[in-house]
Amino acid sequence: MSASPAYSEEKGGSSSLGEPEYGHDPASGGIFSSDYKRHDDLKEMLDSNKDSLKLEAMKRIVAMIARGKNASDLFPAVVKNVACKNIEVKKLVYVYLVRYAEEQQDLALLSISTFQRGLKDPNQLIRASALRVLSSIRVPIIVPIMMLAIKEAASDMSPYVRKTAAHAIPKLYSLDSDQKDQLIEVIEKLLADKTTLVAGSVVMAFEEVCPERIDLIHKNYRKLCNLLIDVEEWGQVVIINMLTRYARTQFLSPNQNESLLEENPEKAFYGSDEEDSKDDKPDAASLVKRKPYVMDPDHRLLLRNTKPLLQSRNAAVVMAVAQLYFHLAPKAEVGVIAKALVRLLRSHSEVQWVVLQNVATMSIKRRGMFEPYLKSFYIRSTDPTQIKILKLEVLTNLANETNISTILREFQTYIRSMDKDFVAATIQAIGRCATNIGKVRDTCLNGLVQLLSNRDELVVAESVVVIKKLLQMQPSQHSEIIKHMAKLTDNIQVPMARASILWLIGEYCEHVPKIAPDVLRKMAKSFTSEEDIVKLQVINLAAKLYLTNSKQSKLLTQYVLNLAKYDQNYDIRDRARFIRQLIVPTEKSGALNKYAKKLFLAQKPAPILESSFKDRDHFQLGSLSHLLNAKAVGYQELPDWPDEAPDPSVRNVEEETAFLIESHIGLLGELREVPEWTKCTSREKRKEKVEKPFYSDSEGESGPTESADSEPESVSESESESGSSSSESGSDSGSRGEESGDQSEEEKKKKKKGKEGPRKACLESAGSDPSEEEEEQGKKGKKKKPQHEGKGGSETSWEEGSISESSSSESDSGSEAEESQSEPESKRRTTPPSSKPAPKASRKGTKEISLLDLDDFTPAPPQPASSPAIVSTSLVTDLEGLTLTDASLTPTMLSPVFSTVKTYELLHRMAGEGLSVEYYFNRQPFPPDPHMVAVQIQFSNNTESEVKNLRVSEPKLVSGMRIQEFQEIESLAPGDTANVIMGIDFCDSTQAANFQLCTHSRQFYVSIQPPVGELMAPVFMSENEFKKEQGKLTGMSEITEKLTLPDKCQSDHTIVQRVTAAANVSRVPCGADNEYRFAAKTVTSGSLVLITLEWKEGARAHLTVNSEKMVIGTMLVQDVSQALAQ
Amino acid sequence: MRIKLLQNRVLLGRQSVSSTCTPLGSTMIHSLFLINSSGDIFLEKHWKSVVSRSVCDYFFEAQERATEAENVPPVIPTPHHYLLNVYRHKIFFVAVIQTEVPPLFVIEFLHRVVDTFQDYFGVCSEVVIKDNVVVVYEVLEEMLDNGFPLATESNILKELIKPPTILRTVVNTITGSTNVGDQLPTGQLSVVPWRRTGVKYTNNEAYFDVIEEIDAIIDKSGSTITAEIQGVIDACVKLTGMPDLTLSFMNPRLLDDVSFHPCVRFKRWESERILSFIPPDGNFRLLSYHVSAQNLVAIPVYVKHNISFRDSSSLGRFEITVGPKQTMGKTVEGVMVTSQMPKGVLNMSLTPSQGMHTFDPVTKLLSWDVGKINPQKLPSLKGTMSLQAGTSKPDENPTINLQFKIQQLAISGLKVNRLDMYGEKYKPFKGIKYMTKAGKFQVRT
Repeated sequence: MSASPAYSEEKGGSSSLGEPEYGHDPASGGIFSSDYKRHDDLKEMLDSNKDSLKLEAMKRIVAMIARGKNASDLFPAVVKNVACKNIEVKKLVYVYLVRYAEEQQDLALLSISTFQRGLKDPNQLIRASALRVLSSIRVPIIVPIMMLAIKEAASDMSPYVRKTAAHAIPKLYSLDSDQKDQLIEVIEKLLADKTTLVAGSVVMAFEEVCPERIDLIHKNYRKLCNLLIDVEEWGQVVIINMLTRYARTQFLSPNQNESLLEENPEKAFYGSDEEDSKDDKPDAASLVKRKPYVMDPDHRLLLRNTKPLLQSRNAAVVMAVAQLYFHLAPKAEVGVIAKALVRLLRSHSEVQWVVLQNVATMSIKRRGMFEPYLKSFYIRSTDPTQIKILKLEVLTNLANETNISTILREFQTYIRSMDKDFVAATIQAIGRCATNIGKVRDTCLNGLVQLLSNRDELVVAESVVVIKKLLQMQPSQHSEIIKHMAKLTDNIQVPMARASILWLIGEYCEHVPKIAPDVLRKMAKSFTSEEDIVKLQVINLAAKLYLTNSKQSKLLTQYVLNLAKYDQNYDIRDRARFIRQLIVPTEKSGALNKYAKKLFLAQKPAPILESSFKDRDHFQLGSLSHLLNAKAVGYQELPDWPDEAPDPSVRNVEEETAFLIESHIGLLGELREVPEWTKCTSREKRKEKVEKPFYSDSEGESGPTESADSEPESVSESESESGSSSSESGSDSGSRGEESGDQSEEEKKKKKKGKEGPRKACLESAGSDPSEEEEEQGKKGKKKKPQHEGKGGSETSWEEGSISESSSSESDSGSEAEESQSEPESKRRTTPPSSKPAPKASRKGTKEISLLDLDDFTPAPPQPASSPAIVSTSLVTDLEGLTLTDASLTPTMLSPVFSTVKTYELLHRMAGEGLSVEYYFNRQPFPPDPHMVAVQIQFSNNTESEVKNLRVSEPKLVSGMRIQEFQEIESLAPGDTANVIMGIDFCDSTQAANFQLCTHSRQFYVSIQPPVGELMAPVFMSENEFKKEQGKLTGMSEITEKLTLPDKCQSDHTIVQRVTAAANVSRVPCGADNEYRFAAKTVTSGSLVLITLEWKEGARAHLTVNSEKMVIGTMLVQDVSQALAQ
Repeated sequence: MRIKLLQNRVLLGRQSVSSTCTPLGSTMIHSLFLINSSGDIFLEKHWKSVVSRSVCDYFFEAQERATEAENVPPVIPTPHHYLLNVYRHKIFFVAVIQTEVPPLFVIEFLHRVVDTFQDYFGVCSEVVIKDNVVVVYEVLEEMLDNGFPLATESNILKELIKPPTILRTVVNTITGSTNVGDQLPTGQLSVVPWRRTGVKYTNNEAYFDVIEEIDAIIDKSGSTITAEIQGVIDACVKLTGMPDLTLSFMNPRLLDDVSFHPCVRFKRWESERILSFIPPDGNFRLLSYHVSAQNLVAIPVYVKHNISFRDSSSLGRFEITVGPKQTMGKTVEGVMVTSQMPKGVLNMSLTPSQGMHTFDPVTKLLSWDVGKINPQKLPSLKGTMSLQAGTSKPDENPTINLQFKIQQLAISGLKVNRLDMYGEKYKPFKGIKYMTKAGKFQVRT
């Protein structure tokens, strides 16, 4: 900045002839229009033999060009200086030449000889620059010279010159497309080049000149794959896009065996095939016999070598890799790109805009991929509107039964935004959610109905439109809403809304036979003061009513039509006349009268609400055409997969290793000495490492889900042992539970007695290679998940099965004692949201059951009946807030990270005479009183009759303990469940809170006893702070125990899982590898509780708990070490 | 105005027809126009045949429709061209393309152009670009060849075209020499494409800044809806020769998702979680990362707010207090509160307990420069809002945006373990600085 004044001053100063004001604004508009002298002085300066003058003149000329001024008449004077020795003058002359040579072709020829000389220069940079300019001046006469120059440069010693030659190819091609054949020869030659410098440029030339000549790529395919990581970023984009098309023509679809259905249950199986084939690549031949699909190693090579580029800083490269994975990778692997794409959302808004469009398309096809990142698409008030609307699109695409409540809660906030376009889009999004997810349709509708009373016309109009669409889907079920809307006519003033309501009532007057005439009566009364559009709809309503219910509405209709006849607006008069003729039978109008009913009450098709991004993926993602949803000029279609694999041997190269020795970029070369595919095994492992963070991340979120390990694993056992099938959660899930229970038992026997049956053998073999198997099955498990989402019953039992499997290695029989107590809890464990995949351990089990037992059992069909009521009930509360009231939102269940699934029984079904009550600690702050622990209580009514007036009474509490009762539940229908939250201040003790649970007819004495781990809430602290606090809590406040970690519990992940399951603590970052720290505060007194787990060699570990509260500390040590030992 | 537009359109039509006669393709970025906020095209550059500047009329039309600069669609299709634009420093950089090209390719490139200008001139503004038009032109000429990116590394570019400095312009004035490097650049040929050769310093130093930004949405009741940490490590390395550096962390596992400067050896990171690289010369962004949501994100500040509009009265109450929450014992400074008030608010009469506040009655933007937070005496801003008489209360409460800084703290707990240098003999000065900032930090009320 500071340099600029001096710089312009210099311009003025150094030119002896220049006028001062001219120096300041060399390109001012006046130059050409009036004063030609100035041109003369420029010419003079160019003709002088002083370089400084020439330079000054050239600078002014360039400045003129930059401002878009014409400087073409200086051409003769400028072109003379092309041979100038001064590099800067020369450069600026080049700039001028490239700009004007096309217009002054004859004169431009004068410069050619200079370039030809330059092409022979010993300095590679001069050769390159000569070629660059020569090829840039678009003068057709010199085409042969250019061709010659390019050919020569293509075999130049210097890779830099060869790169320039590659750049020159498309320039020549656009000048004279007849040169194509010759140019293709050059391209072929340059494609064989082994330097990264050339690779990007030549592929670019290939794409411009002969993208259809895919055969030229064969021999270079592997080389390109291997060079890719070292190519400069822009070249990477071009190469990746080209290779995407190439792979589509040369390999078979990795997903070919799947049906096209999106959330296909079979996905997992084929995912595994793919994995296997990868593992066993060396003897691929043998696999062919066994498996239907084996990925071509070259296909795998491409996927593997592009994956690191997801880490590029260049958004275009990341996007290119993302689209490659989306179009080419097996479904199970596509997920890796989500994280990188989400990262791009932090970039400039233009980048966000493009990325979001692509994410929107992907999220329709692969919803599961982005589900873990749902929150990254939450909208900030500072986002530009166009970004907001795209994010909304993505959120809507991601909505499913499990996350809909969170999403709708977000939408609630959005509806109150000041940005009205965005509000309108939100309302439409709610409408789409409602159509896609049947469960929330009613609640959404109710919310939308309430929006009708909004002051903002836009909001109302949009709501009405959406409601209209929703109602058209199943009008018969919504006569309530129509009635409600009918009532709204008294208050709503917005004409558009009034008109829409009247249309609805008219359309569905048969569903509201009593109300419709009444509405007409009211409207007739106020007819004269209505707006025109409302009047028209009143007439419509009258006509429809007359046709369906003429007895009640005949007079009213006549009255309305008479009013309309004398209306000021001729549209209304016309309409009235028209309708009267149509519906009221007279002698003249016989013909149409018969059809009046058909005309007015024809079935109107319900509008379809679907994403505008649907099916956009037939365009290659990341392309301009995809963005515009229209074929852009020059777009290359993404070919479909071939049915038969083309011959893979075309890619074989004689001297395969030749290019690997080459290492012009030493530092990266050092890591590429070995051919990639020979390193398969080791690379594989590393690759899995990369993948791990992705999965473990999503697993991490599911922490509490996994926390169930310790407790419920015993459940299924005891269940099967006692032989009591859980009848109330549906027979299907019950039997499933038994199956899994069986299995776990058998497994146990196997362990104990060493028996062997065929299935056990299977299990054993599956278990024999845990490291590989687990990873792979993890994926399958994950894929499995969506299939079951929302079908709580079956999912729960599946998890049980898996858990019981993992319990097979459990050695201590001590857990048996607990079992009986926790018996039924599994049945109603809340379904974990499917966005958080089940824990690895359980997945393993899940998969084993599904894969290995297929022969023995036919999988029970998923049963919708047992879908958990929790979703719906919480939705009710959610959507109560979907109004514009200021009611504060309770943050319940907001961060499911802490929701636990450990359920305890409060009242057994038998003891409660059909009423069963369970509770769990939801680990959420209890808003009314921060010193209370929130307890979520779930009532299920298993009786035949309604249970009324559910409430708490007569708490008998130890002194100091307090209870915040939940609101009385007025009635609970048979078979229904209800959830409430109550707060209990346990005074940091594990004493039970005793109270009575009353219904209208009975009282039950119940008690809630908290595990010590639930008496605290996580706190965040840094490593240093942790150490500091720990230093303060030594001596008596420190309890240490030595323990041995069982094999199962030796990964970071499981340890963290188990500890967080046992206690409501948060992890503290820790530098050391084998140390884990957690911190929490007790809820009542806020005393710190610090947990440290040090992992010594082997399986030994030290567990330390620091806390003022010694009792809590001691109990916690017990609980945590127990949790870890399992 | 309309007529002029129409004429331009006609002209454009003719021009485009002629240009479509030549074979298509071959140019990714055809032309570049720089447009200021008042709609002047103040610089144009073409890499192929000239595209008439009247093509920008389509852009102006879209701009008019969008009402706000940030809502201008980044991609605007016109009958014969596509206009891709980015908006930075109050300048629209509009690239004209003719054929299919990955849009991010162009957008990313345009941002790279802006970054380069910033790097060259310290700031990127209309005035500076106009003053340095020749350098700008030369730089653009090197960055694209025939519309395809050629040299985008600022290290290389600076070798080709020297950035203007006061000293050099003075010297140039006297000697008549120029900004163009007097030797031929070798950077393009270097084995390390991002580093120029023959770097020499008398003081060898390497500084790293770990900067973390917290993106969060806090809801009405103070609970966190979403929070994540985005961090970067910016480096300023001035080392002689060809140093090879390794940087290791105490707790690399914290880093969940990373993206690297091309100099970082990816495989080394993958296997050992160590950053190993030959640095570019000067300032560059070594790494940007994301800390996984697995760890709780500490929220260093809280905002207590009481903003109420009453239905009948024309006065509303406004009260906010900012306080420290989880600051790890560090001072929160540079606190700045901004909030977009609803349209119905006519004016606000507020008294801050510290700092300065302004309310713009036109844009309805309230901003309060708080400064440092003293935990003993929490800063607050109280007062009344006067509302438009007769209108009912607005249904939305304003969102509060927060900015703050905490020095010497990386909120994620990330710590650099050590920095080692290989390949050169001298001992460099090494320094590391931590800082935590608010990113997109929003409190809903």
